[in-house]
Amino acid sequence: MMQFMLLFSRQGKLRLQKWYEAHPDKVKKKITRELITTILSRKPKMCSFIEWKDMKIVYKRYASLYFCCCVERDDNELLTLEIIHRYVELLDKYFGSVCELDIIFNFEKAYFMLDELLLGGEVQETSKKNVLKAIAAQDLLQEEEKDLYLQNDILSLLAPPW
Amino acid sequence: MEDEHKLKSTPFTMTDPHFVKSTKKGIMPTPKRLRDLIREIRAARTAADERSVVNKECADIRQTFREEDNTYRCRNVAKLLYIHMLGFPAHFGQLECLKLIASPRFTDKRIGYLGGMLLLDERQDVHLLVTNSLKNDLNHQTQYIVSLALCTLGAICSCEMSRDLAGEVEKLLKSSNAYIKKKAALCAVRIIRKVPDLMEMFIPATRALLNEKNHGVLLTAVALIIEMCEKSPDTLNHFRRLVPKIIRILKNLIMSGYSPQHDVNGVSDPFLQVKILRLLRLLGKGDMEASETMNDILAQVATNTETSKNVGNSILYETVMTIMDIKSESGLRVLAVNILGRFLLNNDKNIRYVALNTLLRVVNADYNAVQRHRSTIVDCLKDPDSSIKKRAMELCFALINSNNVRSMMKELVVFMEKAEPDFKTECSSNIVTSAEKYSPNKRWHIDTVMKVLTTAGNNIRDDVVSQLIQLIQASSQLHAYAVQKLYICTTTDLHQQPLVQVASWCLGEYGDLAFVAVEDEEPLDITEADVVELLEKILQTNYSSVVTKEYAINALMKLSTRLPSQTKRIQSVLSIYGSSMDLELQQRAVEYSALFTKHDQMRSGLLEKMPLQEAKVTNGDDMTNGDALLDELEDNNDTSNNIQKIEPRKTESQNILDLLGDGNEPLAPVISNSKPSKDTSGGGALLDLLGDLDMSSPAGGPPPLMANPMLDSPLDSMMLIGGDSSTSPVNNSLDEAPAYPPVTAFEKNGLKIEFNFKRDGEQIQVHLASTNSTFSDMENFVFQAAVPKSFQLQLEPPSASTIPANNAGAVTQVIKINNPQKQAIRMRLRMTYTTNGSPVTEQGEVSNFPNNLWQ
Repeated sequence: MMQFMLLFSRQGKLRLQKWYEAHPDKVKKKITRELITTILSRKPKMCSFIEWKDMKIVYKRYASLYFCCCVERDDNELLTLEIIHRYVELLDKYFGSVCELDIIFNFEKAYFMLDELLLGGEVQETSKKNVLKAIAAQDLLQEEEKDLYLQNDILSLLAPPW
Repeated sequence: MEDEHKLKSTPFTMTDPHFVKSTKKGIMPTPKRLRDLIREIRAARTAADERSVVNKECADIRQTFREEDNTYRCRNVAKLLYIHMLGFPAHFGQLECLKLIASPRFTDKRIGYLGGMLLLDERQDVHLLVTNSLKNDLNHQTQYIVSLALCTLGAICSCEMSRDLAGEVEKLLKSSNAYIKKKAALCAVRIIRKVPDLMEMFIPATRALLNEKNHGVLLTAVALIIEMCEKSPDTLNHFRRLVPKIIRILKNLIMSGYSPQHDVNGVSDPFLQVKILRLLRLLGKGDMEASETMNDILAQVATNTETSKNVGNSILYETVMTIMDIKSESGLRVLAVNILGRFLLNNDKNIRYVALNTLLRVVNADYNAVQRHRSTIVDCLKDPDSSIKKRAMELCFALINSNNVRSMMKELVVFMEKAEPDFKTECSSNIVTSAEKYSPNKRWHIDTVMKVLTTAGNNIRDDVVSQLIQLIQASSQLHAYAVQKLYICTTTDLHQQPLVQVASWCLGEYGDLAFVAVEDEEPLDITEADVVELLEKILQTNYSSVVTKEYAINALMKLSTRLPSQTKRIQSVLSIYGSSMDLELQQRAVEYSALFTKHDQMRSGLLEKMPLQEAKVTNGDDMTNGDALLDELEDNNDTSNNIQKIEPRKTESQNILDLLGDGNEPLAPVISNSKPSKDTSGGGALLDLLGDLDMSSPAGGPPPLMANPMLDSPLDSMMLIGGDSSTSPVNNSLDEAPAYPPVTAFEKNGLKIEFNFKRDGEQIQVHLASTNSTFSDMENFVFQAAVPKSFQLQLEPPSASTIPANNAGAVTQVIKINNPQKQAIRMRLRMTYTTNGSPVTEQGEVSNFPNNLWQ
């Protein structure tokens, strides 16, 4: 089971964090800081795995973003790389050649996407098409609500709440 | 708190946004949009700027929250989540998330649940409220709302929540909607992980899930079965019956044609394949019948998987682990190890790393199969990636045996030469250990350890020096060879302290053999003067530590009888060090000079060759690598919770006791002056003393110094070198009839405690003397001792509470022991003191009491 996933930039800025095990905020911050420093200091020719406490860290860099997952000892680290890759592919399809800025300004969408791919630290869907379909349907629900809202309230045309 | 009450009492019906706006419009400005806030924060140039933007925004958000505005709550929570990610506190948004979750709008719920997952975890006390909302939404008719609730449940999933909602999840597990079913299955995984008691209710529904075609449902169902099997052996047995069915699913997966939805680089649904392989591993483990059923499919996956990409290798990797874990056929196991061998040749460093890691796990079970890939593994020592190098090194040491030790060592020594310092330590200590275990002959052994000393000299374990000395000493045919080799090594490099120490010792003992021709070796073209010059150089150079210099000065003294032509020169060198700033060197030089003048007739007898030393039990023969040593060091440094940690050391010392048996040889540097040797003329006891001097100055710390080095009788001062402190109450053990050799009870971090013994009828008196060789006083010194119940112990007050620095005096104390049952004495020690203002606690155990003490 995946313990957590972190996305951070080459400058060490956290872009997304998903925790599947409960920790106090302080601990989360400490772990995040520790891992960001460790990973950023690793050279490109090093492998993507780090033994960390009794867990394994699997990370991969895509352009300016690092995707970092913590998995358990028994988990397959090569497959974890595939999970990361799948997530990147999904974001790419959704945003259309995704970049760091997409994830900064639409971080909630990135979370929604992750929640359709993984649940409780396990992969829930192996078909890209199904994930994107579910996201599209939910986005549509939001759109419909917005339309309904705009019809009801002409004043808010200036500033739709969402 | 007020908010919470309201939340409980008033049901959440979303007011018409229109209505809210029209009543509040004039009062409240429209909150900033998320997009604008992010822009503003990103525009901040300094951390302080950023903080001020965030603080201002947080104040605004709080204000809107307070006004109970429903329209913009969603936007504000979204902003708060962004702020939270930047590391700012955002917990005041927790209740707002709950309100959003309770809203009927999907947009609100979506953000509300996201906020719930980010801001709440199972430690929060608002769970009851969340649980109620979740319960409602799990029964919602919109599947996406059910999905949000399931996702949140999977993320938070506290114990109470698990119990409260397990029923709902089980219901959803039986729904006809695959989208909901897969999510419910993963929630069930979390619930069972949290509360294993709840497993039973999910089992029937789970079995049904395996009939599905949908990959998501199959995948999550397998995950659920894995979780159940890991938690309960009964369930494991139950699901073992399904092995044929699970195999069929896997078979269909591989045999099925191309399915664009689930293919990854030409591999059919790797996520599902890996999950199933993992389940098979669990089901086959320790079960012959299940394992047998799996053999075919595993062989099929192992041979038919496309391996050009990472994804195929991830499946192979899982297959290998399954094959190794279950009771598979031997042919299959070889196939698995060969896959790993192929991995080692892969261009992808990740795959090489995984292969080494797995080989390391299976090396004991399938030793010969792994051995076949030795050369590939050795090649990995040259990998640029340090994690791979480290694994390869560990694996290499695991593969050494007496057949390949020569070639493997050659590779490892080359590796060590080029390796980074932290590798050197581990590698060198492992080489020393393996050399000891598998050495084909003594000459090779000496060569190897010497090679370690020359290449990784300053990174080695302390005991390697005494180990090598002993090894050389024990191989009498090789004395000349060793001394000549060491001479050559040392003349080229004086930096490596341990090497220089060994060389000094050997030159002292066997200096006369430096000029003897050795078989197969070119004779050294050196004179006696050259040897003395080398030792002088060692004494002079700044590279040498004090301990090294002590070795060198002893060696010089010894050479005064071995190389008669150099006696004059040696004498003059010694006289120079008679005024050395280092007390120990000065003392030795003065005493040795006195030997030339006042006791010259005893000199040759005193400086005889050392008798063969018994193997030091403390050398840690069982030590396997540097890690273990490091652990022990850490243990010792850890002063706070030493109580538990003393246990392993206790057993260790009991082992030591066993090793010694009932032999009369005490443990530590002990002067055994009870029986003077016959062959020496009168200086027998002194010879032993000197001998002890030689061996008692290992790198662990210089032997104790005395208060006043200028004593009138050199004989007395010789005694003092042996370890007796001048302040020790029982000093002249030479004169006493039944003499008990003193024991160094404790020596660490400059604190040394010596026991001298006296017997008063049945009562044993232990006179202890504590000295301090550090540069600062040890204050508030408290010594405590404990003995097994069969003894009675009485501790007299100490002579002082401060041990002066630089060995400038000792604290003495008397322990009286009654030993009515005449058992072997064992004693635990605990010392506390303050040095440089920081408190130190030390513990130790003494079991090497002279056994004539109680017999």
